Amino acid sequence: MIKLEHISKTFRVGKNKIEALKDVSLEVNKGEIFGVIGFSGAGKSTLIRCINLLERPTNGKVFVEDRNVLTLNKKDLRKLRRKIGMIFQGYNLLETATVYENIATPLRLEGVPKDEIKQRAEKYLDIVGLTDRRNAFPSQLSGGQKQRVAIARALAHEPEILLSDEATSALDPNTTDAILELLLRVNKELGITIFLITHELNVIQRICDRVAVMENGKVVEQGSVVDVFTRPQQAMTKRFISNEAKFAIPAQLRGELLKTGKLVKLTFLGESSKDPVLATLAKQFDVLPSIIAGGIDQLKDQSVGNLLVHIKGDQSKVETAVKFLHEQDVLVEEVNA
Amino acid sequence: MAGFLNEWGGSIWDAFIQTTQMTLISLAFSILIGLPLGVLLVLTRRNGQWDNPIAFTIVNSLINVIRSIPFIILLFFLLPFTKSVVGTTIGVKGVIVPLVVACAPYIARLLETAMLEVSKGVIEAYQSMGISTPKIIWHVIIREARSSIILGLTIAIIGLIGETAMAGFVGAGGLGDLAYQFGYVRFQPDVMYAVIIILIIIVQIVQSVGNLIARRLKKN
Repeated sequence: MIKLEHISKTFRVGKNKIEALKDVSLEVNKGEIFGVIGFSGAGKSTLIRCINLLERPTNGKVFVEDRNVLTLNKKDLRKLRRKIGMIFQGYNLLETATVYENIATPLRLEGVPKDEIKQRAEKYLDIVGLTDRRNAFPSQLSGGQKQRVAIARALAHEPEILLSDEATSALDPNTTDAILELLLRVNKELGITIFLITHELNVIQRICDRVAVMENGKVVEQGSVVDVFTRPQQAMTKRFISNEAKFAIPAQLRGELLKTGKLVKLTFLGESSKDPVLATLAKQFDVLPSIIAGGIDQLKDQSVGNLLVHIKGDQSKVETAVKFLHEQDVLVEEVNA
Repeated sequence: MAGFLNEWGGSIWDAFIQTTQMTLISLAFSILIGLPLGVLLVLTRRNGQWDNPIAFTIVNSLINVIRSIPFIILLFFLLPFTKSVVGTTIGVKGVIVPLVVACAPYIARLLETAMLEVSKGVIEAYQSMGISTPKIIWHVIIREARSSIILGLTIAIIGLIGETAMAGFVGAGGLGDLAYQFGYVRFQPDVMYAVIIILIIIVQIVQSVGNLIARRLKKN
């Protein structure tokens, strides 16, 4: 659906060159929700703008549905942009227009027939749940409602792709959840492919199928959310997921626990969480497992459980127990001093 | 009072009509010239939609040069130009040209400021929807700036009313001329006071109407 090949982008500020993107390649499949995560300044915003050419890449190729976007003339580019909806952190609505006009105006400027404008505006107002606020002005709406208007405005073009530029970053957690729920519905019910950028892990966790992690203008890691989430390879990714931080235990306690056994971090994926691994451990290997910390993360299609477990017992017995764990459907990571 | 009105009412009314004519006609032409210039300034500036440093520098400097010249000097400086455009240098016709030359760059500047206040984000959103630049200028930038534009035009109108007072020098009449000719030169201060009061009322009305329309258009 979207293919970026070796994209780089250099900005000139006076005599300085700033490399916002360095050789970024990625592919977004039809019907999926693809997320790019990174701290601010990582180049995410530049990247998403390269897809509809709000920003022209310095090098590389951009394909949308197998068409090389960079070779399109102005008119064809405008046509293509109408098939790519975009929503923003700042909503970007007309302040002087009502909710209804905000959705209808772009359609009118594109020459969509009157009846169809009315029908589409009403349909998408209904989908985002704002039919009763159709005559309100943006200044009378909450942040979440404004983002819904922006989503309806984007959907009213009946796009095949929706680009989301930090759409939930300015919203409180509850509103964020509601907007993510809406995006998920848009993806499932309308079959719209979504490409989003965010600095919130929660957004990736909740709705994305695949993810790319960006740092300093480069994609440092990409894959399915479950893989990246449970087996992060790069330090950057780990920082985001920060399981270690979640299970941070005081150094003194850790020292004591390590004296009497081993500390392991277990990650359970979906089905494997139902097997009583720890009980088996105690029964079969004559060791004493105890849970130090734990939690469950809900991903889009499955849940991921994390446990920090202390296994107490004779050194040889503990080692066979750990070996047993490795053979199970569980990800095991030993925590050392 | 009745005596004063009998003696001066007709002259004051005529002067009022002349001032109104001069102001409205030059305002219309100034908007016609100033609006495109303002749009050009917004578009050609750095990171604008038609980023063009040469065009921007030319328009920008031209506006600065004209705005540096006091109106009374511009009035005389432009005499040959006025003659070639409207065929005369006197009367209402003769004063319209210098008024427009003075006012159009001012309006361009006011509109530029108003349009620069429009959020870059909305413009970008409309670009991302495949809307062409001319449509974005009219339906997004000018629409969103309309409240500030009206306030700017209000300032311009009041400035114009002031400048028409100098129209007397080219025989165009008007309230300012009346106050000067009779109130000052022929020492009849009551005429001057009457004119001043009328001017105060006009300016108050213009400003209040401007504020009202601007508030109506703002919607937030």
